[in-house]
Amino acid sequence: MARKITYQQAINEALDQEMSRDPSVIVMGEDNAGGEGSPGEMDAWGGVLGVTKGLYHKHPGRVLDTPISESAFIGAAIGAACNGLRPVAELMFVDFMGVCFDQIFNQAAKFRYMFGGKAETPVVIRTMYGAGFRAAAQHSQCLYSLFTHVPGLKVVVPSNPYDAKGLLIESIRDNDPVIFFENKVLYTMEGEVPEEIYTVPFGEAAILREGDDVTIVALGRMVNMAQEAAEALQKDGIHCEIIDPRTTSPLDEETILESVEKTGRLVVVDEANPRCSMASDIAGLVVRKAFGALKAPIEQVTAPHVPPPFSDVLEDLYVPNAAKIERAVTRVAEYR
Amino acid sequence: MNTELNRESLLKAYRMMRTIREFEERVHTDFATGEIPGFVHLYAGEEASATGVCMHLSGNDYIASTHRGHGHCIAKGVDPAGMMAEIWGKETGTCKGKGGSMHIADLSKGMLGANGIVGGGGPLICGTALAAKLRGDKTVGVCFFGDGASNQGTILEAMNLATVWNLPAIFVAENNGYAETTSPNYSVACENIADRAAAFGMPGVIVDGFDFFAVYEAAGEAVKRAREGGGPTLIEVKVSRYYGHFEGDQQKYRAEGEVQKLRNEKDCLMQFRRHVTADGDISAAELDAIDAEVLAMIDDSVVRAKADPKPGPEELLTDVYVSY
Amino acid sequence: MSGIHTLTMPKWGLSMSEGRVNAWLKGLGDPITRGEEIVEVESEKIAGALEAPASGVLRRRLAAEEDLLPVGALLGIIADADVADTEIDAVVAEFLANYVPPSEEEEGGGSVPGKIEVGGLRIRYLKLGAGGEPLILVHGFGGDLNNWLFNHATLAVKREVYALDLPGHGESTKDVADGSLDNLTDVVIGCMDALGIPAAHLIGHSMGGAVCLNVAKRSPQRVHSLVLIASAGLGAEINGDYITGFVAATNRRALKPLLSELFSDPGQVTRQLIDDMLKYKRLDGVAESLDRLAGKLFANGSQQMILAEVPEVFGKPVLVIWGKEDRIIPARHAPKAGGKVRVEILEGQGHMVQMEAANDVNRLMESFLG
Repeated sequence: MARKITYQQAINEALDQEMSRDPSVIVMGEDNAGGEGSPGEMDAWGGVLGVTKGLYHKHPGRVLDTPISESAFIGAAIGAACNGLRPVAELMFVDFMGVCFDQIFNQAAKFRYMFGGKAETPVVIRTMYGAGFRAAAQHSQCLYSLFTHVPGLKVVVPSNPYDAKGLLIESIRDNDPVIFFENKVLYTMEGEVPEEIYTVPFGEAAILREGDDVTIVALGRMVNMAQEAAEALQKDGIHCEIIDPRTTSPLDEETILESVEKTGRLVVVDEANPRCSMASDIAGLVVRKAFGALKAPIEQVTAPHVPPPFSDVLEDLYVPNAAKIERAVTRVAEYR
Repeated sequence: MNTELNRESLLKAYRMMRTIREFEERVHTDFATGEIPGFVHLYAGEEASATGVCMHLSGNDYIASTHRGHGHCIAKGVDPAGMMAEIWGKETGTCKGKGGSMHIADLSKGMLGANGIVGGGGPLICGTALAAKLRGDKTVGVCFFGDGASNQGTILEAMNLATVWNLPAIFVAENNGYAETTSPNYSVACENIADRAAAFGMPGVIVDGFDFFAVYEAAGEAVKRAREGGGPTLIEVKVSRYYGHFEGDQQKYRAEGEVQKLRNEKDCLMQFRRHVTADGDISAAELDAIDAEVLAMIDDSVVRAKADPKPGPEELLTDVYVSY
Repeated sequence: MSGIHTLTMPKWGLSMSEGRVNAWLKGLGDPITRGEEIVEVESEKIAGALEAPASGVLRRRLAAEEDLLPVGALLGIIADADVADTEIDAVVAEFLANYVPPSEEEEGGGSVPGKIEVGGLRIRYLKLGAGGEPLILVHGFGGDLNNWLFNHATLAVKREVYALDLPGHGESTKDVADGSLDNLTDVVIGCMDALGIPAAHLIGHSMGGAVCLNVAKRSPQRVHSLVLIASAGLGAEINGDYITGFVAATNRRALKPLLSELFSDPGQVTRQLIDDMLKYKRLDGVAESLDRLAGKLFANGSQQMILAEVPEVFGKPVLVIWGKEDRIIPARHAPKAGGKVRVEILEGQGHMVQMEAANDVNRLMESFLG
């Protein structure tokens, strides 16, 4: 039985191991250690939820706490990446992208192309996303589709501890700007994670369950809900194939299309809002490239087109869940 | 010092500060039981700042607040019972339970919202001030922000714009010593946040945030100047918070006994009480009576908040747009 | 009630905690002969049929097809036709009243792999069983100690059995030095030293067979007997395309057809098997290790170390097992073992014969080891 650690520990271990292996890797963000200039303990937090805890003392001088100046430090991480470092900057909540987006989408994303292929920007921007903490409209969004829209960015959305570690190491070693999305609800999820260093490549979806009846493509936290739904559906004789793209840019189109060619039925599960989303993107892909295979209309299980609400009853209605996925799969499976 | 504050105003100020304190202490206690959802950031310790500023404002003036917004809301006249219900996620809340602690707002009271984005309020207050200026209605806008937000581009850009357009805006930097865990000793490049005012062509003043009268006086001058077309002011309020960045914060970055010492030696309510009862105009008994009334009011707001219904499922899909 | 036999969810391999009932092969009331396949069960790792523990009649089918059940859960009842229904119901009721599904701790309990230092390398091993003459299991190229998942516990009933991860494999250090057979051999002998094993029975699969042959050649006094399964080292031929492809493969699409070469039943190449292999291949240092081993041992699609003379010189008992349809190393290498060697060729089986035909291979090994 392999070692089990949490999603959060897996991310910490990936940072620790890559910092140990490669002196050009640095970490920066708001309170990534915590306590700078304050009278109490240093490394008081290790990030707002403790993900980077311990790195400050293990790697002296290479964990930089920043002022609350996202535009400045995210931009600085990008600049440092242009000059030989491999910074991992933390944008605490992805909702804060608004105060630094220019540096990401106009600067980092475009250097390579604008400069005629002569630039490399090996920066990683780690960021938390997702509902479930009753953290309301400005701390709960799933904005990966906005970043996926921008050419030049790679976008990673790990759904489990194993992938979180391997994809983060891959992100750090990758020579393009990578936006690494961490679901805050998944931080406590446990899973088998090798102690050794390993990578998980970009653009290769994981097939988490094989089945012939309905393809479910799910992202991030939704992958677990899809698995729960698929287990229940199997008792009704509906066999689902679950695909976790793992990265939305690049997107493993082939695995999705191959599966739909087999099943002819697709449900896309995405915690984000439905318009111009990964759900609509994947649905569009399948309509364009596997139209002939489709035996039923594609269903999307997403949050509604509203901001994340605060009250627990509303937030629970807002986020997709296994029951909603089951209903969508059943509709798709029964469509004739 | 407090010549313009009559007896009635003093009692009003005391009640305002006491209401904020009692509200926050109660949320602190209730949060620990696990019944209150989400992220909650408490203002306890900083009451003199919101009160000293908002005592100069009317319902037509605007304020923009922060994630630590309960005190600003109460000082600007937002109903504490509605706020409590909001924090508990109930349909009777100020925002129908849709916003929560970090997004309490009441536009009818000139309260433009607590804010989940650090530095989010600065540009907005330039906007309310611009509208006031263009209408010529002599109202002002106040942006409350923290030492953390003082490093945010939005705040710096807003201060520049306010001077460029000579806006009736007041920037109140509530420097409570910690941006989450990080001290301004580390994160703010100059000695004082107020020093930055010079770069934006506006007056910058520093006041003791535990001293209601100091805040009141500085804010009075700034509001007067703004109303008279004299442009923006930056006020740095040096203060501290009694609780963590958010509820649940273990505060290992703070010194041992730091908060207790502040409570014992500098507390704004304690100072205020000592000050106003010293000359005999206001008795301790009167203040005690206010304490009791406030306590009863907060108790009542919690009882109601707990009993009130949660929003109905139909509320999920409404209020995204004015028209669909 | 001695004529009533319970049929329970089997535990195939150490990591299996639950299995899915794929299909009943026998109907209610069907006569059953001991050893007959009764129900198809699938774990994450492997699919197979459960054999009847006794003859009789299938009197109860308590698990439905598609059910996902923990190890040890009651699937059905076999009993003679004349056993009363009330008696059977009593057995079922008693079973259900007493059955406790294995907890997560128990699953790993007592069988946690250890690590030892050998020549500056960390080597993972798993020891099962106690007493008797020690036995060591050595996996093949790209494998690990889990290749013995279906054999290890059975062999360990009578003796202590160690399964190793060779360097560059499993969770051992990803450093194969010059990639030579002598280097791997040094490590196996080093493990015996570190574990305090003066001499052992050696069982090797594929490349691991060549390692075992080399141990027997260099230190015959430390080897009681040899079991060589689909072994390398007995002839020159090897599926060079497989070796090259396996070293190069970095994703599911490339790996799946290659792994299918290993099994007679392509259905054994499950999603889990491919994922586990990819997880291994993505560890830092694995690509270099495999490349180096392949370059040294299987250069130009040909085995570079032929030790066919060893069994005869060794002079102690040797068992050679091969799947007749092996597409990696041809079964015709088996007779070349020569000497006083027992050779068993299993019809219809492929390279991973110890996994796919575990029951048969286990029986052969047990009768050989005595």
